[in-house]
Amino acid sequence: MNLHAMRAIYLFEMARTRRTLLQSIVSPVISTSLYFVVFGAAIGARIAEVDGISYGAFIVPGLIMLSLLTQSVSNASFGIYFPKFTGTIYELLSAPVSYLEIAASYVGAAATKSIVLGLIILATAGLFVPLQVAHPWWMILFLVLTAVTFSLFGFIIGIWADNFEKLQLVPLLIITPLTFLGGSFYSIDILPPVWQTITLFNPVVYLVSGFRWSFYGIADVAVGISLAMTLLFLAVFLAIVAWIFKTGYRLKN
Amino acid sequence: MVANMQAILSVSGISKTYASGFQALKRVSLDIRRGEIFALLGPNGAGKTTLISIICGIVNASEGSVRVDGHDIIKDYRAARATIGLVPQELTTDAFESVWATVSFSRGLFGRPRNPAYLEKVLRELSLWDKKDNKIITLSGGMKRRLLIAKALSHEPQILFLDEPTAGVDVNLRRDMWQLVRSLQATGVTIILTTHYIDEAEEMADRIGVIRKGEIILVEDKDELMRKLGKKRMTLQLQTPLALIPPALAAYQMELSSDGSELTYTYDTSGERTGIIALLKDLNDASIAFKDLHTTQSSLEDIFVSLLKDTR
Repeated sequence: MNLHAMRAIYLFEMARTRRTLLQSIVSPVISTSLYFVVFGAAIGARIAEVDGISYGAFIVPGLIMLSLLTQSVSNASFGIYFPKFTGTIYELLSAPVSYLEIAASYVGAAATKSIVLGLIILATAGLFVPLQVAHPWWMILFLVLTAVTFSLFGFIIGIWADNFEKLQLVPLLIITPLTFLGGSFYSIDILPPVWQTITLFNPVVYLVSGFRWSFYGIADVAVGISLAMTLLFLAVFLAIVAWIFKTGYRLKN
Repeated sequence: MVANMQAILSVSGISKTYASGFQALKRVSLDIRRGEIFALLGPNGAGKTTLISIICGIVNASEGSVRVDGHDIIKDYRAARATIGLVPQELTTDAFESVWATVSFSRGLFGRPRNPAYLEKVLRELSLWDKKDNKIITLSGGMKRRLLIAKALSHEPQILFLDEPTAGVDVNLRRDMWQLVRSLQATGVTIILTTHYIDEAEEMADRIGVIRKGEIILVEDKDELMRKLGKKRMTLQLQTPLALIPPALAAYQMELSSDGSELTYTYDTSGERTGIIALLKDLNDASIAFKDLHTTQSSLEDIFVSLLKDTR
């Protein structure tokens, strides 16, 4: 294990985060606060409680998930795409590091950043609505698993992308819609039966549901299934990363 | 083989065909001796960068193998790569990082524990110490080039690759760069540089390899190469100008200057007979007197051009 290298990459990525603090931390916090003002205070006041929880509190786990997913993907994808874009990837490819170490360092840094962000949003939400976390350990588990899984996904996108447009494409056209339609702002019970079934094909449903369960003990799908699905995504992305590194796809000629 | 024992880098039968079908390298084999400065000379697109990229692990070879200090670059890539420092041709840097951060990053990336004293030494030697807190984006082109060298040296490599180190660098900086390379060699680092500037190879290298269209067409000690392939020219300044060369001297294929005052004879130093003595005798017989004579040796450039011509 080249621990020095992993440390170097991790610290490099975290330094990049510090340089872009405004964009990395402040802007997600502001947009989350806006959601609370609009959905929680303005609209939420007219919505009856969902499953016995005030609407403002109900959307907290979904909002955190929304930021966690988009930020994990965009962080990790940018982290590995940028060296490809500037050409500094030569150093990474010529260094005595294994691909696993490279992936772990980039994904680790991206996930760290999203987890910190998730916790900041949680704290921000606490200012607007009364919060309770019924299962804190599960909450942390889902937070970390989701951050890691989607950072891995972002890493894959960063390697696949060969221009800035592709880099934005997946977060914008896939992650955000899936999150909005994945029960972040509503319980899927309120959907017509057909849509309830269709929604089950949306992977984000399982993430949001499991995460919300850790807060309020209520879930759209059983928590075990949520956990299993999260682990499944993790396994799928790991397999893709392993394949990328085995073939040198988009990294080596 | 004794030569192999000395080799710090051994390339055997490396070929590379890109996905486009372009064959960049054709069964290249090459041994680099420990401690030497080796210049890989060739025109643009000859395969120099591809060869370096394969050795450093940036490009996968289609066939063949490379051993660095006894370590296979695929099976034992960690040991092999830790031995190598690479200075790429393009000035690729993380614009917003500081000089100090980027050399520290490089050292860590290559698996070395922190050593601020060593990094300070490297930066001082490259006249970058007073820029250590500057962002890379604020550096001049010459400084960025030196920074890339500092990054490559940050993990104390035994082999340093310099891919076109003086491309687009002004004359003074080129001199500095050559000086720097020599001082690195003095510390025991083996240096492999690619260049298409012939005078650079002539100035720097202990040995020269010429690569053309993906094939190494020659590897030779520089001095030996100059001796073997070098042609000498002897110029005679005549006492009285000639209108034309007498037929008796036609066999020497001399050139007569336009004003008829100089005769130039070109001969091969590797030949057993240079023909000079016979020529002087024949000149004497033809009653052609000269007041002075001087000889010049062809430069590596002449050799290179004739070499590329011959194999075309």
